[in-house]
Amino acid sequence: MVKRALAIILILITGYWLANALAQVPFGADKMLVGKYYLENVKDQTGAVNAVTAVVVNYRGFDTLGEVTVLFIAATGVAALLWRKKRERTAKSEGSVVLQTGSRLLLPFIMLFGAYIFIHGHLTPGGGFPGGATIATAFLMLYLAFREYEIPHRVFEPLEGLAGIGYVTVGLIGLAIGGYFLFDWIWQTWQLGHDNIGRLFSAGFIPIIYTLIGLKVGTELTGIVDNMVKEPKEGGQ
Amino acid sequence: MISAYYFGAISLILIGLYATLTKRNLLKILVGLSIMETGVNLLLISVGYVSGRTAPILTEGATPQTAVDPIPQALVLTAIVIGVATTALALTVAINLYEKYKTLDIEKIRGLRG
Repeated sequence: MVKRALAIILILITGYWLANALAQVPFGADKMLVGKYYLENVKDQTGAVNAVTAVVVNYRGFDTLGEVTVLFIAATGVAALLWRKKRERTAKSEGSVVLQTGSRLLLPFIMLFGAYIFIHGHLTPGGGFPGGATIATAFLMLYLAFREYEIPHRVFEPLEGLAGIGYVTVGLIGLAIGGYFLFDWIWQTWQLGHDNIGRLFSAGFIPIIYTLIGLKVGTELTGIVDNMVKEPKEGGQ
Repeated sequence: MISAYYFGAISLILIGLYATLTKRNLLKILVGLSIMETGVNLLLISVGYVSGRTAPILTEGATPQTAVDPIPQALVLTAIVIGVATTALALTVAINLYEKYKTLDIEKIRGLRG
């Protein structure tokens, strides 16, 4: 009871403090400083229509590389913490008929939708991270429906590594051509797609990087799912 | 008086904080952390909102003068991904704790430790 009372007092203090601080930030007012610069120059400098994607992949591309690295380290940590010599699926029964038929039917469409989200990241809301997560849900569904199902590890693990290497390679080509890491060489040096803004073939390296990120996030999240559904064999620690 | 959007976001943060402080089940603590994270993301997004403007996607009909701030949205995109990563790692630690102690009650785990 004392613990609960203390928690409530702490919450009241924190809430009062947060509310006081935010009372001085007017809601809905135009507070943009650097955001204005991005919005005004995004089409000329990056070719992307979606300003959020341009900020994430182009202006702050190095930050996103770090983000992908954090996700990779987390996936590796999950695999390392759950590592046992012998692990297997321990589901007692198969998924129901509805789940099995539905997952067979929906699987290609979910994959297609995920690919659509990450390929069109520079035009519509979305991008590599939500697209990859959508693809991972397709494999999660397969794991739920079929007791014996297992992802093809020989395809997934090299694909994950190649996608990461591809991201760094795109950045290094930019370093060689333009003088700094993650320079947008397709848009600024080759000037591809300059009369195509707002269509698929524009925005320089953003679709390429987002495709790589989508593949990487999809395979990584699927790997996390795969690690979590398996349990250690009895007595085989 | 603060805006209703800030109020909602702060309430989510505080609900998450309460769950994290008072619950004894490890999974409920992780749920509390996730709620807190959602609140923080909502707060960032609502700070970047400008009244009467649309999403920062500059296709036909949207100009730089009619779009909201893209930077908080880009930062929240990062924060969501990091949140997924940390949640996955925390759940893995919870799985390991359960395998070792056969319970998720943090008080009992503390008692069993020595």
